[in-house]
Amino acid sequence: MRKLRALWMRVGGLFRFKGADGEFSAELESHVAMHVEDGVRAGLSEEEARRQAMIRLGGLEQTKIAYRERQGLPWFETLWQDVRFGMRMLAKSPGFTIVAVLTLGLGIGANTALFSVVNGVLLNPLPYPHADELVTVHASKPNFSEGSISYLNFRDWQRDNKTLAALAVSRGTGFNLTGMGDAEEVRAELVSSDFFALLGVKPVIGRLFAPHEDEVGREPLVMISEGFWARKFGSRPDAVGRVLTLDGRDYTIVGVVPVNFDLQINNFRASDIYVPIGQFRNPALNYRAAGLGIHGIARLKPGVTLEQAKADMKQVSERLEQIYPEADQGIRAKLVPFKYEMVRNVKPLLLILMGAVGFVLLIACVNIANLLLVRSNARAQEFAVRSALGAGRVRLVRQLLTESLMLSLLGGALGLALASWGTKLLLRLLPEQLPRAADVHVSGAVLCFTLAVSLGAGTLFGLMPALRIFKQNLQDALKEGSRSATGSRQRVQSWLVVFQMATTLVLLAGAGLMIRSLMKLSEVDTGFQTRGVLTFGLQPTPTMINQGPDAERAYLREANARIAAIPGVDAVSFSWAALPMLSDDEDLFWLDGEAKPQNQAGMHWAIRYIVEPGYLPAMGIRLRKGRFLAASDDEHAQRAVVIDEVFARKFFGNADPIGKQIHLEQYDDPATVVGVVGHVNQWGLDNDAVNPLRAEIYQAMMQLPEQQLRLTMMGMDTVVHSRYNAEATFKSIQSAVAQMNHEQVVYNPESMEAAIAYTLTGRRFTMILLATFAGAALLLASIGLYGVISYLVAQHAREIGVRMALGADRRDVFRWVLVCGGKLAVFGAVAGVLAALALTQVIARFSSLLYGVHAYDPWTMAGVTLVMMVVALAACYLPARRAMEIDPMQVLRTE
Amino acid sequence: MGNKTDVWQGTLALMVLKTLEAMGPIHGYGIARRIEQTSGNLLSLNYGTLYPALLKLEQEGFVASEWGLSENNRKAKFYKLTRAGRKQLEREARDWEQATAILARFLSPAEEA
Repeated sequence: MRKLRALWMRVGGLFRFKGADGEFSAELESHVAMHVEDGVRAGLSEEEARRQAMIRLGGLEQTKIAYRERQGLPWFETLWQDVRFGMRMLAKSPGFTIVAVLTLGLGIGANTALFSVVNGVLLNPLPYPHADELVTVHASKPNFSEGSISYLNFRDWQRDNKTLAALAVSRGTGFNLTGMGDAEEVRAELVSSDFFALLGVKPVIGRLFAPHEDEVGREPLVMISEGFWARKFGSRPDAVGRVLTLDGRDYTIVGVVPVNFDLQINNFRASDIYVPIGQFRNPALNYRAAGLGIHGIARLKPGVTLEQAKADMKQVSERLEQIYPEADQGIRAKLVPFKYEMVRNVKPLLLILMGAVGFVLLIACVNIANLLLVRSNARAQEFAVRSALGAGRVRLVRQLLTESLMLSLLGGALGLALASWGTKLLLRLLPEQLPRAADVHVSGAVLCFTLAVSLGAGTLFGLMPALRIFKQNLQDALKEGSRSATGSRQRVQSWLVVFQMATTLVLLAGAGLMIRSLMKLSEVDTGFQTRGVLTFGLQPTPTMINQGPDAERAYLREANARIAAIPGVDAVSFSWAALPMLSDDEDLFWLDGEAKPQNQAGMHWAIRYIVEPGYLPAMGIRLRKGRFLAASDDEHAQRAVVIDEVFARKFFGNADPIGKQIHLEQYDDPATVVGVVGHVNQWGLDNDAVNPLRAEIYQAMMQLPEQQLRLTMMGMDTVVHSRYNAEATFKSIQSAVAQMNHEQVVYNPESMEAAIAYTLTGRRFTMILLATFAGAALLLASIGLYGVISYLVAQHAREIGVRMALGADRRDVFRWVLVCGGKLAVFGAVAGVLAALALTQVIARFSSLLYGVHAYDPWTMAGVTLVMMVVALAACYLPARRAMEIDPMQVLRTE
Repeated sequence: MGNKTDVWQGTLALMVLKTLEAMGPIHGYGIARRIEQTSGNLLSLNYGTLYPALLKLEQEGFVASEWGLSENNRKAKFYKLTRAGRKQLEREARDWEQATAILARFLSPAEEA
């Protein structure tokens, strides 16, 4: 405490020592006067008495200095001195200062921006109480490691487990909202009762769903989002208890979910409407083997480890497998920690980018170190003089470090400003699906990071010239134009440039591999046309629900005809299953001649497309053999299916598949293969080829069994091909559909081109950033090389002049300079290629960013090396020209 | 002057505090003279070092100062012990006595032998 008080007073002393100085002078004066008086009284002359007094005091000034040092904080005063001196030095060479601060600002800014993303996404804890207890739950199946959970299994898992405090499920859906202005499609989530309680969500008003309210056959209830509450009910509290008409059914509002609730996990997205899962009107809900897109979340009991929970859930699923061998064969609960689930796709990407941007800053630091080295040489005399006047080397180093830290802090401040802007830009560029984007902002941690990076950078580039002071020979430096010091500094600079070149090459290689991957991907054959294809959702009027199969088929035919009649529309098809790149669905079957398998595990799998005849022309899929589904493949005709070439090769080999029969699991009657079409890329450009499930089967919508046909009335996809642009087409479709019935809605239009581009956003983002970083690195490194070579030429001007005077050819001089620079570039390239080979392996191993290229892709390596060499030689060109234009006469004259 | 001892590090503060306790409010010159007298003129005190020491004690809150008039009607800065300073004096005196007692034990048997 005493120490602290003293420190505080000394800090205070810093700012008022001028007044206090006067006071102490007065005190000393009175001291001396009293001493003199005593001396005179003892018989000394006044002069002698004063002399004695001074001796005993130990000098007036010395005492004042000792007093002043105690009064303020001497180290702080020296620091302040250094800072003021440093500011003068920086102001004296504004060009250097501006270049250095800008370079650093950009480097630190890019680092800060990316770090704030990394910090928000990867480092910040999740905004839920005891978030480390949260896991997502899936059903692992022979074909899917993280498949959906059937409703009945969910209930049994919920009941039988001993390690989970709560287990809840959700599934996305959509409702046709009527009775509140225009009919509209609202996105909704079906959830089990525990869902919000498990996450610690508190309702704004009203209540959450109570236990058992989520069971089948209960009264229809609904929770709404705060935004929806404000939009539709003006945030009035009496909204609770009122009724929403969804798909023609009345749901009572029980509570409002707060606006800050945002969760993106599994397929769950925060929505406007939440309905208990028991209201899911799909008969398959009571079918234990059904995969209905239901996924779970759970909270571990306090003190339970993930391993214990996994073991417990394994036991639970094994027991169910014994009880239901047919439906639960091979099905296991799978637990994945929340945070891992949220970030696993972006983690490697962010870490790679973070590494890359770190390299850029390193290169920037090296540039500034090189600039400072040149300056320190120019200032060698200044330092020599100061050291001759008694300044310690530590003191000089401290001053140099102060200067470089000031530079880096200025750069850091600029960087922070750039980062707050750059973070927004990054988020706009980032793949939309970036989890936790809302958690990204410039926070305290980010500020600390920026400060640490600035100080680290400042020390790094400041230390290099500073350390030279220790090695410097004073006498040499005092004498004009010392050679030995220049030589060693030249060597240090050269190595720094080699290091820059190598680092740049690594970044170039990374960017090059990304560009090659994207090129390869753009060459991938999708199997369908992308131009002019538009998909959207169609939700018939709620009155269509439960009207019977004949009315439903009649509706489908009429709606199809209405859309087909729109000008510009060439082909149209409804679709109720998988859609390439957008949604997936599977079918199980066995071949004719095989015994009917005991359970699903024994059956074959294929991707299922349930479509209409217009699908083939709308998507531009190639017909290989036989015919596609036709209008005549209806409820009265024999069951017909069309398969793709992958299916044909896999299950029929070289035999002609036309006319072959297969048994689909959900039908009693066999289906006949009537045609073979080209393979369509279902899983995305980069993933389709490696997906184990690639066989595709097309079935006619009109041949759907009654139960499933009924479900189409709750919403289905539509695919059209139009000669006009997507927006205009969708507008005409909207009006045509509303004309047919104003209670039905079309929603969520998406062009196939956009869907494909979307699958590549993550890669494109990485490519753009890596290329930007690599470009910045290349620019910085070439500036560094340019600086070093220019300096070399300036240093050797005399020598060059003499050589020319002795008859050396100008071209020889030019070549000599280029060779000097080229040597550095070659060293850098060799080191860089070696480093790149190691680091690109890391990219290949820990991320799926590379497609169709090896980490050591020779073309890429050769290409980027070439680019770097060309740029390096270009950087040497100007100094080489300058060397060539040296006038030997002038040089000799100044000698 | 030859057989005078320099003031040991760290003991000056204790001497100042003790002097202030004995003398009451007193100026810097008086403290210096008093310390010399008390030591029987065996200590050689550099008067200049007294003032930073006084400043330190003041910063730590053990002494307080104010301007006043000396016995010869000269303007001088007077120092006096604060309550915290009194406690500090007790503490330091106790520590010092303990330290000297320990050292004495080491030294006395050697004399007897």
